[in-house]
Parts: sequence; C-alpha cells; structure tokens
Amino acid sequence: MILNISKNIYQQISNHLIDAYPNEGAGFLLGYTKNHNRTVRMILALVNEWETKEQTNRYKISAKAYMNAEDVAEQKGLDLIGVFHSHPDSPANPSEYDREFALPWWSYLIISINNNKVDHAKCWVLDDDRNQFIEEIFNIK
Amino acid sequence: MTIIKMPTPLRLYTDGQTEINVQGNTVGEALKDLMSQHNELEQHLYNDDGQLRAFVNIFVDGDDVRHLNGVDTQITPNSILRIVPSVAGGF
Repeated sequence: MILNISKNIYQQISNHLIDAYPNEGAGFLLGYTKNHNRTVRMILALVNEWETKEQTNRYKISAKAYMNAEDVAEQKGLDLIGVFHSHPDSPANPSEYDREFALPWWSYLIISINNNKVDHAKCWVLDDDRNQFIEEIFNIK
Repeated sequence: MTIIKMPTPLRLYTDGQTEINVQGNTVGEALKDLMSQHNELEQHLYNDDGQLRAFVNIFVDGDDVRHLNGVDTQITPNSILRIVPSVAGGF
C-alpha cells in the first residue's frame, strides 16, 4: 500500500503537531483506498486525551472521538484510513506501546518533531499477525 | 438478530461488511457468534489470555459495557452493538 498526501494536508498535519509540541498530537486520516494506493482527502486534528502529565510521550483518542470520526467519514463518503501522531524529540519509529494499541489495515503516520519543527516522518502498517509494523511508502505531492 | 457495527479497520476481516447479524443473549455470546462467522477477528479483539484487548470497547445502544455488566451485559434482538477502538500510542 502507498499513502498519498497533498502538500496542503501534510502542512495541516504538521501545524497541528507543532502546536501540540512538546506534547504528542494526534488525529485521523480520512480518504479512500483504490488498488494499492491510499489517498488522504482530509484530516481530523484531535485533542490528546491522555492525562496531561504524560502527554509528552503518550496520546489517546477517546472512543467518543472515534465514533464521531467514523460518522464524519461516512457523511463525506470517505473512510477512516489511518492515524497520525507525533513523537516529540524522538524518532518516527513505532514503539511497543504503539504496536500494542494498533489496528490492522490502517496507515500510521508518525512525525518526529524536534524543537518545534518537523524533523522527519515515516508511515507504518501493522502486519496481520500483530507482531510488527511494516514501513509503508508515503508520498507528499 | 442483533446487529454489531464494525469499526473501519476490522472490516478487512468481514468481507467489507459494516454490520454483522449475530445471535446471543449477552454481549459475550454475541461476540462469540461474531468470531464463529469471522474467525480472523479474534486475534485483534482478544489477547492471548482470552480477554478483550485493552483498546476494544463495546457499546450497547450507546452505552459502554464497562459501565454495565461487561461481556455479561444482557442484549435483545433489537440491540445495536458497536465495536469501538480506543486509539492510543506513544513512545
């Protein structure tokens, strides 16, 4: 699978995650999948609902926010195709904690934010047996 | 028949179906019936100890079963169940 993101949407994602820095920020990717290509059409930038003192290395999106996101996607004729979140001052590699909470099929876009700036980004997908993340190609066009 | 609404990422294992008809008098029985129809879901809903994974929330008619009787919560053929993931992560 290849994830395609427009420059404009990637900028929206970056802005949200920079605003959240030094805490983790997160949100949903909405779009569609065709053949082996996945295209992001819009994002839902969300509040990190993890308890405040641990937000520098944890994020949480509530069940209520999830249900709302699915409803928005349905209204727009899109699918929830993934999640984005930041790793402040840390590489964009998924942690064991990320894997534990991950769902299959979704694209997990992780952006490393260092000193209020985007450092680098990587995209991942959980394999079917839940044992590991596999890096996914993503394009910013 | 009771309906279970599936979250987007798990529709991969239900042939794309968003709603599945199941039988059972409790949430646990309904989930067991769901597993019997789509057994690949099990590894994503349950951990190795046979417990629902921490990120799996089950709502019955809008109420989280953790605030009711968990998997023993009674349901009727008119109940609507929704599987809702808590999305979390970090490093």
